[in-house]
Amino acid sequence: ASGAQGPALVEGVGLGMAGADSDDSLYPIAVLIDELRNEDVQLRLNSIKKLSTIALALGVERTRTELLPFLTDTIYDEDEVLLALAEQLGNFTMLVGGPEYVHCLLPPLESLATVEETVVRDKAVESLRKISHEHSPVDLEVHFEPLVKRLASGDWFTSRTSACGLFSVCYPRVSSTVKAEIRQHFRTLCSDDTPMVRRAAASKLGEFAKVLELEYVKSDIISLFTALASDEQDSVRLLAVEAGVSIATLLPQEDLETLVMPTLRQAAEDKSWRVRYMVADKFSDLQKAVGPEITKNDLVPAFQNLLKDCEAEVRAAAANKVKEFCENLPEDSRETIIMTHILPCVKELVSDTNQHVKSALASVIMGLSTILGKDNTVEHLLPLFLAQLKDECPEVRLNIISNLDCVNEVIGIRQLSQSLLPAIVELAEDAKWRVRLAIIEYMPLLAGQLGVEFFDEKLNSLCMAWLVDHVYAIREAATCNLMKLVEKFGAEWAQNTIVPKVLGMANDPNYLHRMTTLFCINALSEVCGQEITTKHMLPVVFKMSNDQVANVRFNVAKSLQKIGPVLDSNCLQTEVKPVLEKLASDQDMDVKYFAQEAISVEHKLRFLLKPLQSVSPIMSVDRNHGFESNKTYNKTKLNPAARDDTLM
Amino acid sequence: METPTKLPPSSPSSPTTGFSVPSAEKVDGFPRRSMRRARQRRSHSSSQFRYQSSQVELTPLPLLKDAPVAEIHDLFCKKLQQCCVLFDFLDCVADLKGKEIKRAALNELVESVATSRGVLIEPLYPEAIKMISVNIFRTLPPSENPEFDPEEDEPALEASWPHLQLVYELFLRFLESPDFQPSLAKRYVDQKFVLQLLELFDSEDPREREYLKTILHRVYGKLLGLRAYIRKQINNIFLRFIYETERFNGVAELLEILGSIINGFALPLKSEHKQFLVRVLIPLHTAKSLSIFHAQLAYCVVQFMEKDATVTEHIIRGLLRYWPKTCTQKEVMFLGEIEEILDVIEPSQFIRVQEPLFKQIAACISSPHFQVAERALYFWNNEYILSLIEENCQVILPLVFGTLYRVSKEHWNQTIISLIYNVLKTFMEMNSKLFDDLTSSYKVEKQKTRLHRLLPKKWSLHTRIKLLDERSSNIIEINIYKKTKNNNNNIKWIGDIKRELKSL
Repeated sequence: ASGAQGPALVEGVGLGMAGADSDDSLYPIAVLIDELRNEDVQLRLNSIKKLSTIALALGVERTRTELLPFLTDTIYDEDEVLLALAEQLGNFTMLVGGPEYVHCLLPPLESLATVEETVVRDKAVESLRKISHEHSPVDLEVHFEPLVKRLASGDWFTSRTSACGLFSVCYPRVSSTVKAEIRQHFRTLCSDDTPMVRRAAASKLGEFAKVLELEYVKSDIISLFTALASDEQDSVRLLAVEAGVSIATLLPQEDLETLVMPTLRQAAEDKSWRVRYMVADKFSDLQKAVGPEITKNDLVPAFQNLLKDCEAEVRAAAANKVKEFCENLPEDSRETIIMTHILPCVKELVSDTNQHVKSALASVIMGLSTILGKDNTVEHLLPLFLAQLKDECPEVRLNIISNLDCVNEVIGIRQLSQSLLPAIVELAEDAKWRVRLAIIEYMPLLAGQLGVEFFDEKLNSLCMAWLVDHVYAIREAATCNLMKLVEKFGAEWAQNTIVPKVLGMANDPNYLHRMTTLFCINALSEVCGQEITTKHMLPVVFKMSNDQVANVRFNVAKSLQKIGPVLDSNCLQTEVKPVLEKLASDQDMDVKYFAQEAISVEHKLRFLLKPLQSVSPIMSVDRNHGFESNKTYNKTKLNPAARDDTLM
Repeated sequence: METPTKLPPSSPSSPTTGFSVPSAEKVDGFPRRSMRRARQRRSHSSSQFRYQSSQVELTPLPLLKDAPVAEIHDLFCKKLQQCCVLFDFLDCVADLKGKEIKRAALNELVESVATSRGVLIEPLYPEAIKMISVNIFRTLPPSENPEFDPEEDEPALEASWPHLQLVYELFLRFLESPDFQPSLAKRYVDQKFVLQLLELFDSEDPREREYLKTILHRVYGKLLGLRAYIRKQINNIFLRFIYETERFNGVAELLEILGSIINGFALPLKSEHKQFLVRVLIPLHTAKSLSIFHAQLAYCVVQFMEKDATVTEHIIRGLLRYWPKTCTQKEVMFLGEIEEILDVIEPSQFIRVQEPLFKQIAACISSPHFQVAERALYFWNNEYILSLIEENCQVILPLVFGTLYRVSKEHWNQTIISLIYNVLKTFMEMNSKLFDDLTSSYKVEKQKTRLHRLLPKKWSLHTRIKLLDERSSNIIEINIYKKTKNNNNNIKWIGDIKRELKSL
């Protein structure tokens, strides 16, 4: 199905290259050109992706006169090839000889802008928009604008939809007669027979309005907007909503009420939930566009309705906007509006039947406390937070917990802690590991807000329990969590509470738990500092080098490599090196491998320690980190006991 | 002007009519499960119910059959107005009395339209259409399951079906009544009405789509002025489905209607219809959910061919262009459709497409998925196709021979191997001379590729070997683009090739 006829160019180049044994460098180009016509799609695709190389080799002249006509002819190819071609041509300006000749690119892109497949067409339009800026004003009128007109009056809907995206890029740079024509074409497309074209026009209406002179916005755009917003198809109406927001930002305040508000009000009460959803989704933008007065009079009741909508999709979209909407209310009446109009709706949403609605609300509701201040939060919001903390859906609870910082700033977290704890404990033990993973990630945040005492008393045991979770991802996250906790609470705290427990696991009968000790040491050594590492951790690591499971032994080697930068060179030389040397003669080849790895890194480390003390360790550790993690994956032994070491 | 369509649908499975149980219930072997799931869902009619401002209390009206003749129309009209009241079916105990009154009234209206003559007088048309519009036209609610897979998941059933079904039934009886006058109806059943009707085809409830299908078919048959409009809007729905959303529940139903519409097209085909075939029906094959409507789609395609054989080439080249690359399930469907097409193809058209077609068939035969290979090999069991192959053996056999020969030695599946053996045997009987020639040249080809493999990898791109005369195998022209660093090496493998060739 490839372009069957070989253009003169390809024959010429192909043969020319074949004959010219001396010209080695052009040989690959001949192959690429040959492959533009190959039967195998993959080869054609590869070749198209290297089109710029071909063009570069051919030179600007031959690119214009031979390559582009050839490409224009091969338009009947697989969509994948066409997509690549459309993308390439957008960056071709220099390859055809610069802005002066950029219009040569229009014929192939014009054909691509009419194909059926949406992604190809969109890419062609994108490229056309790109190269439109490279046209001189004269070329724009002579070459580009006629192309737009041809597309706009094409027979099949595809070319007309493509045209919609091109008006706004040429409008600002053409003469006023041409401008009038462009406006006329756009108007025609807005009332096109096929909904596909009207959708394309509606989605570009806002963008087009932005480049128009204000008088034409008022005279032309408003009527188009009104018509599209009351289209018989909801898929068109919903696109008009976004355009409405853009138009509202362009108009002076005094015109908003008469020109856009009636239509927007109608959209907020549209009989199709898709349109209402769109209004809810764009509500904050809308609010900013119309200003405080209209917000007070119109948007507040509309927002209330959206929060009470009969479709959960709409309620969820509106719930997502609660905080932003309240934040942007005019300051003088903000509190009154929230307390009397918004909060009652929010209260209902807390016990909504749909979990997406509740969880959307939970992700923003905490933000209201900063807006409402301490007293209102305690009196009105706190009960809602508490109710959501007890929600049956884990996502709702998680969303509340993840936003605790907002409340902490206003009323302090203590008010919540009594309800918080059961919620955290329940999430910590949730049967789904992804839920457990999510709560672990909030632990450092919680710890910071609840303080060290509360943490030691209530949460420390949870953090330790995760270290022996049966899912590896949880154990890994728990390790990382410990490191962040130590960063918060300090090395001394670590030495008293965490380190003994972690090191205790080194004697666990389960080798996975023993390895967790090593992973924790890897994570903690740097934050705990040299003293704790050398005094407490290192002996345990050394002891584990005699472990009977090879996986543990080679992880000892990896750990030693990792904590090396924390240790002083004397310790490295006298203590670490002998252990690694012993491991390097281990009977297991993987242990040997990692021990040798560590020795070579250690060697470099000692060598570098003197001149570049601060930089080199990080570099070497970093570089090896990437390498090593690959190795871990490959080198994990298929020990029978290792079977549960997988993600569930 | 096209000829009127045959009214009784000649489509693959004719729509249910009358009071029979909708097909979805017959098919569904687990009604209890679907009921349970349906109940968990939100009411499907919520969007509609929202717009009822205040609930009216219904009072039962006298029965139609008891009314004096003079008052019948008035009473009929009142009942229609009564049926405009909508009820909340999410709450199944809400206003049970009202629901029952409406149900009884609808039943009575259905029966009256179906059995008695002279009921449908002009003033009733606007009332009836208004009642129908109020009840059936609504924005369909968001799908409960965003990844709704019509093949795997249970559809969300319409909660207000007890009333909705009767409204649809009434509409159908209305259209089918001998008293029905298209000239009166066209004032109310207009373009806007039809557009809304078409949007309902996206309903997840198969019972509803079944009714819509029959109704739209009747509308198309009776209201001639709407035909072009209906076709255009169906086009738009399909184009949106193909290129924008990939979601529309009623594609199969619309295609079924189209099947019978195509049947009625006048000859020669208008360019509008050909465009529909090439730009809508063929691209529909690219849809992810093809399996749901493939039977109906293939039927439409074959209908087109039977109408006008000149579209054959467009169809086959179109299918080849959209041939599935990774989805074997779809590949099997495509092969099925190709067989349906070949079943009715004209020999003159066959010749025009045989080359690309049999290249693709050969590719299918070498598919490692045995169902694909098997489906392709079944073509040789079809007598008509076999006769076409025989007539064009000179062209087709060289296209498929290499594949057949290779796959017969390599395929993992025994069934495929024995099917291929039969196919090879058939070809041998068709033209033994050609078969023998191909066998020997295949062997030479094989030898050649073995030679190619001898070349060092880095040279393979830069090197062309041309065997001027395979049989004498003495003259070899080797064209090397790139001068190699090691000329000795070069000479060495030229020697290898010479030796290989001599052994041929």
